[in-house]
Formats: sequence, structure tokens, C-alpha cells
Amino acid sequence: MTLSIRTDGLRVCYGDTEALGDLTLDLPGGKIYGLLGRNGAGKSTLLATLAGFRKPTAGTVRIGGEPIFENLPVTSRTCLIRDDSGVGDTGDNLRDILDMAKHLRPDWDDKYAGELMDRFTLPRKKTVGQLSRGQRSAFGVVVGLASRAPLTMFDEAHLGMDAPTRQLFLDELLRDYLARPRTFVISTHLIEEQSPIFEEVLIIDRGRLLVREELDELRTRGVSVTGPAELVEEFVTGLTVLSRQRLGPTVQAMVYGLLDEEHRRRARAKGLELGPVGVQDLFIHLTDNGRTEAEGAIR
Amino acid sequence: MFDDHSPIYRQIAEQIKADVLRGVLNAEEQVMSTNQYAAHYRINPATAAKAFQHLVDEGVIYKRRGVGMFVSADAQGRLRDQRRERFFADVLEPMVAEAQALGIPAAEIQTRIQQLFDQGGNGR
Repeated sequence: MTLSIRTDGLRVCYGDTEALGDLTLDLPGGKIYGLLGRNGAGKSTLLATLAGFRKPTAGTVRIGGEPIFENLPVTSRTCLIRDDSGVGDTGDNLRDILDMAKHLRPDWDDKYAGELMDRFTLPRKKTVGQLSRGQRSAFGVVVGLASRAPLTMFDEAHLGMDAPTRQLFLDELLRDYLARPRTFVISTHLIEEQSPIFEEVLIIDRGRLLVREELDELRTRGVSVTGPAELVEEFVTGLTVLSRQRLGPTVQAMVYGLLDEEHRRRARAKGLELGPVGVQDLFIHLTDNGRTEAEGAIR
Repeated sequence: MFDDHSPIYRQIAEQIKADVLRGVLNAEEQVMSTNQYAAHYRINPATAAKAFQHLVDEGVIYKRRGVGMFVSADAQGRLRDQRRERFFADVLEPMVAEAQALGIPAAEIQTRIQQLFDQGGNGR
């Protein structure tokens, strides 16, 4: 069982501030989506709206074809684990929170929850308030995975976890996804570490969808062009240039988009050096708010 | 494990080809399933599936329905032929270009190559 996600002209405002504007998404169920964006780009607002925690100011959200807001049959099969608000109140002990989740969530797997508690070595008798930051995050992951919700979303669920725990998180998520395919949306800043498990990547910037691409395709979308300034400038005319770096007479331009064979031949003929650009670098330059020329040309 | 620069599926396919070429994976030997591969290398299963499909299309591996994927009987020979064809363009020509840029005479290179062959080394 998986749930698809569809938004049409989604707009969410906080007072006068627009957090999301005219966001239209059509995400088939059963995939792992990575949600990337800078701080304040609207990632958390989007996830909260998809989970039905927040009412859209305008536009619609449909999960598995159904409206999500105040629709219990759908919200109970949707799970959002957020970084800021822990799961449950700080005074509750972990065992009670797990018991409650069992009653609230129709897809909950109690045995699996127990296994995960052991794997993340979490103390059942302690309260949420007694946990370290990393343990709180790990507990969120336990609840998120054991909910087995057809749509499960993690909003920076790894915060405070050390590297081995983050690895365990990815391993468990992937293992359970392989055994029980469902829809995952994972927002993160750890692009290099977490992006290999994504099938598709969504980049949002200032409340708008900037890029939606298969992860592996995105890895071919950035090209660096290096050579004498004049030749580089001539070559990149008409292409989407994300950034330029000058080092004496040499210029390195970062270009977004697939270069066809003709372009590659021309570059070789002129002695220009073409190189790949990593996903993280691409992300940094795509969402650089100081940029001007790339804007609008990407979509 | 994977670099951040080229598609992961291509890197996986290259690794499996290298294993076949070196005889780490033998003809008719079963290769890991897509899911095993995804879990082991911590990558999305769709990416692993794409790599395997690529190898099937190239004839390096083949599917046995309901059983899994296996190395083709002629995979090693075929890959070796491909690499041999590319050797001169990919390895030798850039080497000669570099030697010319550095002013190293052909005779010196020939002597050195002969020495390496005589030692039975592979130049590594």
C-alpha cells in the first residue's frame, strides 16, 4: 500500500508572509523522494501541509486522491516525523508513547517497533525529556518506521544523531522500504550522505519548486567549463550559467543542463576542459539567492 | 563508495564489468539481486535496477525468470574485446600526447615498455 501526493496551486501564508506559492506537484506513490532546500525555503511548511497539520491558504492537497486536511482516515495513514517537536510530550515515557501510537495508527507494527527500540538502544522507561537530542531523533525514526504508514515523511529526522546512528537510520529505512514499499519523503541538508537512497529529488526555493529530477539524472545536469576567459564566454553563450570563477586569465563556468554531443565536440575542439559537478555543488549554486541570470531559466 | 559526480547506475555497471573482466565474477555465476545490492550499498533500488538493466542490454548478464541474474557465458571475452579496442585510443594515444608535450623520445618509451614486459610486470 502506497499513497500518491498531489498538490495544485498550493499556497500557504503565515500572516503577510508567503511560505509556499503556487506549488503544483504530482508524485506517484511507492518512491523515496528527497526534499532539498535552503533554510526557510518552505520544506517544513510543505511537509506539514502534506500531513494535514496545516490548512492551505489556497490550492489543494490530495493524498492518495483524497483531501488530507481534517480527514482522519487519510491522516491516520500518513506519518510526519518532525525535527522540532518531538514525538509525544516531554513527560511521557517511551513505552506509553508506543502504546498510544499502536491505537492511533492502523498500520502500526508493534513487534517491529520493539526491534527498532533495541537496534537504536533506546530506554523504554525513560521520558522524552530525559533523552539526548540524538536519542530523541532516533525515537522519532522508530515511531516513523514502525507506523508503516503508506505515506511516511521525515523532516530532518537525523538531527543530533551521530554518524553511525544516521547510517543505521538509512539502513533501516531502506530495508523496510524494500520489504514493504511505500511512499517516503525525506527532507535533509545532508545531500551527499543521504541522496543515494532517493529515487527523485525535489528542490524548493523560496516557496517554489525549482527542480524535480531523478537523482541519477541530476548527477549529470551540472557541467563545469574551464579555459581561457574569452573561449569560455563564447562557449557558454545561450546556456544556463550558474556561476563563474576567475583565476587570472582562466575562467571556470558552471553550466546547468545536458550538453549535447555537438557542444562537447566544440569544447574539445577549442581545448576547453569539461568536468562534472556534484549534486551538492549543483544544489548550492541553484539555490544561491544572489544569482540573477539562472533564475527562471532552470524550469 | 560512489563518487558524487556521475550517475550511480553507471558506476555500479562499471564495477560489475570490472569484476567480470578480472574473473571475480565468473560465467554463469549468479549476481546479487537488485534489492541485495541496494541494501548493501545503501542506494535506491530503482537505481540498482537501472544498472542491472543496462548490463542485461549489453549482454554482460542475463535473467533467469524467477531465479535471478547470471553472468553471460561470453561476458568476459566480450568485455575484453571491447577494452582492447579502446586501449589504443584511451590509453596509448593520451600517453603519446603527454610524452610529446614533455619531450620524451619514442625510443626511451619503447625501451621502458620492453623492460616492463620482460619483468613480467603489468606496468602498475
